[in-house]
Amino acid sequence: MLLISCPNCGPRDETEFHYGGQAHVAYPESPNDLTDREWAEYLFYRENTKGTFAERWVHSTGCRQWFNMLRDTVSYEIHSIYGMGQPRPDIKVPGQRSEPDKPGEFTQTGEFGQTEPGLAPGAPTTGVPISGATAPTSSEGV
Amino acid sequence: MAETATPAETAHVDRVRGARRSPAEHLAEAFTSGSVPGTVTLTEIPYQTMVGVRVHPASDAGSRVASVTGGLPATCGAVTGSAVSGKDSVNTLWLGPTEFMVVAPEEAHDSLGGSLVSDLTTALGNDAGQVVDLSANRTTFELSGSHARAVLEKTCALDLHPRVFKAGTAVSTELAHIPVMLWKTSDESYRIFPRASFADFLGRWLLDAMREYASPEVP
Ligand SMILES: [Zn+2]
Repeated sequence: MLLISCPNCGPRDETEFHYGGQAHVAYPESPNDLTDREWAEYLFYRENTKGTFAERWVHSTGCRQWFNMLRDTVSYEIHSIYGMGQPRPDIKVPGQRSEPDKPGEFTQTGEFGQTEPGLAPGAPTTGVPISGATAPTSSEGV
Repeated sequence: MAETATPAETAHVDRVRGARRSPAEHLAEAFTSGSVPGTVTLTEIPYQTMVGVRVHPASDAGSRVASVTGGLPATCGAVTGSAVSGKDSVNTLWLGPTEFMVVAPEEAHDSLGGSLVSDLTTALGNDAGQVVDLSANRTTFELSGSHARAVLEKTCALDLHPRVFKAGTAVSTELAHIPVMLWKTSDESYRIFPRASFADFLGRWLLDAMREYASPEVP
């Protein structure tokens, strides 16, 4: 069970929150100009970071407000909680490589060896921390 | 309030009252027999008037709404308004930075001769925000007594110790895994607002949690 400090309500159990996926995915400036593939990548393709990850959460049982969180997907340690619209804090965590992931890993550009355009069904999504989960990068949703 | 209610109006109000069923009505007897007077008691306070308000507290509409409710709470946990009991008490609970729940006795409801909902609607006017009559959305449980906190502590993850959770504080949280508003109205009394469909479950859950206090404490 994570103890998450809501910026409005203070520390609450993880069960009061819902996960909102990767943070800082900007809405495309001109969505109509995108190809289907680019649009699908904007909608569905997310990092699958092992390590420090910026993600969105909403305090659904409490104040119903969204916020951003910098969390380690391996240790579950919460490094920072900051408001929506604020940039990702530059926090150096000792002993960890920083984002972006090393080349060759799945990225939002979609360059992961597919020759056919289109979606990969079941494409890896960001891991969600479930209390007691053994695999931090599993694709279990909430 | 309708000081000059006509016989027709009185008959209408009586019909409204007679047609109502509260979400935990069927548990009333169990609440009585499961209560341990002086230790922990559970009652339903049915039909309270509740109004959901969304408005920016710093806006003009916010101050108009605040003049109806007697202030808007500024932070999580804060409650504004008059004394809890009393027929004219109106209290406002903080739900979010721009979201509030106004709670008042049933007499404040427009259908029973009051004017709280229409007063709030008028106060908001055409400005951004909303005023919604949520009186049927939740019911109210009152859990009181020297062991009320012990009952809540069986399920509530918050620190309910009086040095942290003080009388006059209300928070939105979870009890028995369901979302509720929890309002500490005095040192040994709590008002719990579950949504109507959870009232049966939470009522039975609390009865079960209270049961041990009917027996003498094992030394
Ligand atoms: Zn919150």
